[in-house]
Amino acid sequence: MTDDHGHHPAPLTDVERRARALEELLTEKGIVSPEFIDQVVEAYAQDIGPMNGAKVVARAWVDPEYKRRLLADGTAAIAELGIGGPEGDHIVAVENTPDVHNVVVCTLCSCYPWPVLGLPPTWYKSPPYRSRMVREPRTVLAEMGCDVPDDVEIRVWDSSAEMRYLVLPARPPGTDAVSEEDLAATVTRDAMIGVARP
Amino acid sequence: MAGEAALPRQNGELVFDAPWQGRVLGMALAVVRERGLDWDEFRHRLIAAIEADPTRPYYESWTAALTDLVVDLGVARAGEVDARASRVEP
Repeated sequence: MTDDHGHHPAPLTDVERRARALEELLTEKGIVSPEFIDQVVEAYAQDIGPMNGAKVVARAWVDPEYKRRLLADGTAAIAELGIGGPEGDHIVAVENTPDVHNVVVCTLCSCYPWPVLGLPPTWYKSPPYRSRMVREPRTVLAEMGCDVPDDVEIRVWDSSAEMRYLVLPARPPGTDAVSEEDLAATVTRDAMIGVARP
Repeated sequence: MAGEAALPRQNGELVFDAPWQGRVLGMALAVVRERGLDWDEFRHRLIAAIEADPTRPYYESWTAALTDLVVDLGVARAGEVDARASRVEP
């Protein structure tokens, strides 16, 4: 692979040097290939992302039996749709109801259900989100533009290696005639983390 | 191969802020797969790296965790990654 962009390469930062050194070492030892890394990056760019989770949510909205299976065993239910992979074990779907709003955080690092949501957004990984969402969820949600009515209980779920949570938002009213595919297009990543209400 | 303009975006947000971040993610996945490890082998090092320096940018913690994993697996000796990093040419 040649470096074909930029006639004036910028000085490398320390972490870029370290990343480069690691890739050289691992390539020499035959453990990784640059092509494999290209494939991973491209997969996360194009194939793996919130659209997978949106399909799961839309299916649960139109198929009560699927919803039951999703709430009982998230990992098995997403596998039914051909979705799985790293960080895809132990997926637990939590359902928003008229009385309960769910929101997901990972206080330890940034556990996140990659196969259904892709990679976590920058704010999800930030120390303030990770610490404050647990302490004052209603305030943090309001700051993020997500107003939860006072009579709705907020449940904060701390993701870990054992449990990676996916919020099942409530189906918007008046969408009975909307197709599963069109429903999926309305489901946002933020709604599936629980920081937005569709 | 897709260029910088094709960096991953989901919902309008960059998944990676810079190309090296995607490389580090790909390397971590490759090492775990190639050595037949459980992903938790990487994750617990990532948690430790974040705890060691909570305000460090996220993918820098990944890089630290990957360094630890590579050394613990005996792929590189302690200090070898540092030494090589200092010799990397732009």
